[in-house]
Amino acid sequence: MSTIVEKILAKKSGKNSTTAGDFVVADIDVVFAHDGTALLAIESMQELGINKVFDPNKVVFFIDHAAPSPSPQISNIHLAMRKFAKQQGIKLFDVGSGICHQVLPEEGYVKPGSVIVGADSHSVTHGAFNAFAIGVGSTDAALAMATGKLWFKVPETVKVIVDGELRKYVMAKDLILNVLSIIKADGLTYEAVEYHGSCIKNMGVDGRMTIANMAVEMGAKASPMELNEPTELWLKQRIDVIEPVKADKDAKYYDEFFIDASKLEPLVAVPPNVDNVKPVREVEGLEVDQVFIGSCTNGRIEDILTAVKILEGKKVRVRCVVIPASRRIYMDAIKKGYVEKLVRAGCTVGPPTCGPCIGAHMGLLGEGEVAISTSNRNFTGRMGASSSKIFLASAATAAATALEGKLVDPRKYGEKL
Amino acid sequence: MKITGIAVKLGNHINTDLIISGKHKYRTQVISELTKYVFEDLDPKLKDKLAIGSVIVAGKNFGCGSSREQAPRVLKAAGVRAIVAESFARIFFRNSVNVGLPTIVVNLEYIRKIKDGDSLTIDLIEGRVFDNELGIDTKVSPYPKFILDIINDGGIAEYYKRFNAFPWDGKLL
Repeated sequence: MSTIVEKILAKKSGKNSTTAGDFVVADIDVVFAHDGTALLAIESMQELGINKVFDPNKVVFFIDHAAPSPSPQISNIHLAMRKFAKQQGIKLFDVGSGICHQVLPEEGYVKPGSVIVGADSHSVTHGAFNAFAIGVGSTDAALAMATGKLWFKVPETVKVIVDGELRKYVMAKDLILNVLSIIKADGLTYEAVEYHGSCIKNMGVDGRMTIANMAVEMGAKASPMELNEPTELWLKQRIDVIEPVKADKDAKYYDEFFIDASKLEPLVAVPPNVDNVKPVREVEGLEVDQVFIGSCTNGRIEDILTAVKILEGKKVRVRCVVIPASRRIYMDAIKKGYVEKLVRAGCTVGPPTCGPCIGAHMGLLGEGEVAISTSNRNFTGRMGASSSKIFLASAATAAATALEGKLVDPRKYGEKL
Repeated sequence: MKITGIAVKLGNHINTDLIISGKHKYRTQVISELTKYVFEDLDPKLKDKLAIGSVIVAGKNFGCGSSREQAPRVLKAAGVRAIVAESFARIFFRNSVNVGLPTIVVNLEYIRKIKDGDSLTIDLIEGRVFDNELGIDTKVSPYPKFILDIINDGGIAEYYKRFNAFPWDGKLL
């Protein structure tokens, strides 16, 4: 009668079972940090006086938040990371590799049933691959790097059942924004969330990652999903042994929500809160200065393809920055001709990086500017000036908006295709 | 362990970008430098109020958003002695434990009574918050013992240096 999290944490802490509320010390399968958090993690390790990582094969660094470096200060952080990685013999994915949450699973580091600790709040993304993946701060990352263990309170799990099929140009992003509007920004604090139902069972890897990614916007600790066929096929190209963990039929859930995916429409999260969600049609016509398609939430091939479908052969009216989430995605988009189509349509296609999502570089907003972004947070000042505004939406809504320079419902363009 | 400070009242969903914006974090990561920009997008004057030795009193979901540990570190360096809130985002909560910044969950009714500028005293061991101006107090659930030990030592690094072990080493919590 256990949830996915209860089972994974039991196995990893050497127990037969665990129940929500238990404290456990679990073995860590992978711990990673990036250029926003790694330096502090290195310093925390030094503060502890521990100078060797527990297992060089299980610690991974990424230079993705400001890559290539926009300043000498950041370059120095990158230098310190490279030096540490070399000393310790750990893998570092350098400038141009892509965003940690995309690269980690692409490179075969994410296994079903594993415990993954990332010094980044969106580490919950790896729940899409049936892992217990959680975001931590730099000191917790340092503790995991140094000892290979970390304490956890086993969380309660909330079950979200999503049945039905998403309509054309209604994307996984719209689904998770809908979930956010129901559960709210603090609705899952300290809890895990499991998604079930036919919509999730049939969903591709890209969409599942979008959904798992935004669990943290509801305060969730983890978002482990049961494996599905597309995800298993995807993983088989990267790892040998797959031992998925399923929730028991009689697992105890703290709460349950039901969503009919076929009834959803394109949505936006209106600033400054992620759960302030409205149908696009209610905000339609809003003047926009910049469109950003990218990030760990929506910088995948499905998002880029959707943008291509809407923008091909046309011209954007506002700045439209498109940033693939990883080098592999970038290469794929080049091979398939997507990059050329987007550039012809007037988009700026950047190298893989977190880019403007975290206000690091590649398209920051000036005073009073409005952006439609496929990223995950619309907090005040996150992408630039304090008076700028960020509306979160799907790649379809973002691309359609780029065409008109005003927020529009993408179904308008979908029907023409 | 008792903490006294002046209440600085804030609202709900105070996110880590508001505490210390990513913009600055990608220019410098030196905590004393970052402290200048604490709450810059919320109210640039707040940093002076924090500096006198403060207790932040906030609503729900304090510290939501990014995992940046700079958030509690910057608050601590800016003069914040403890944070009282209706609820905390979990990564912020854990980061605060690790850096030795006390976070106390208090019921909304009591939070509403506290006025900006009130002197507050928090007893972490007994699990009590006193408003010294209003002369009222409220019971709060105390930390689990191992967390209290970490906070008492001023953070996990200090704890480890003192005991050469982690509180969870070789035993069940």
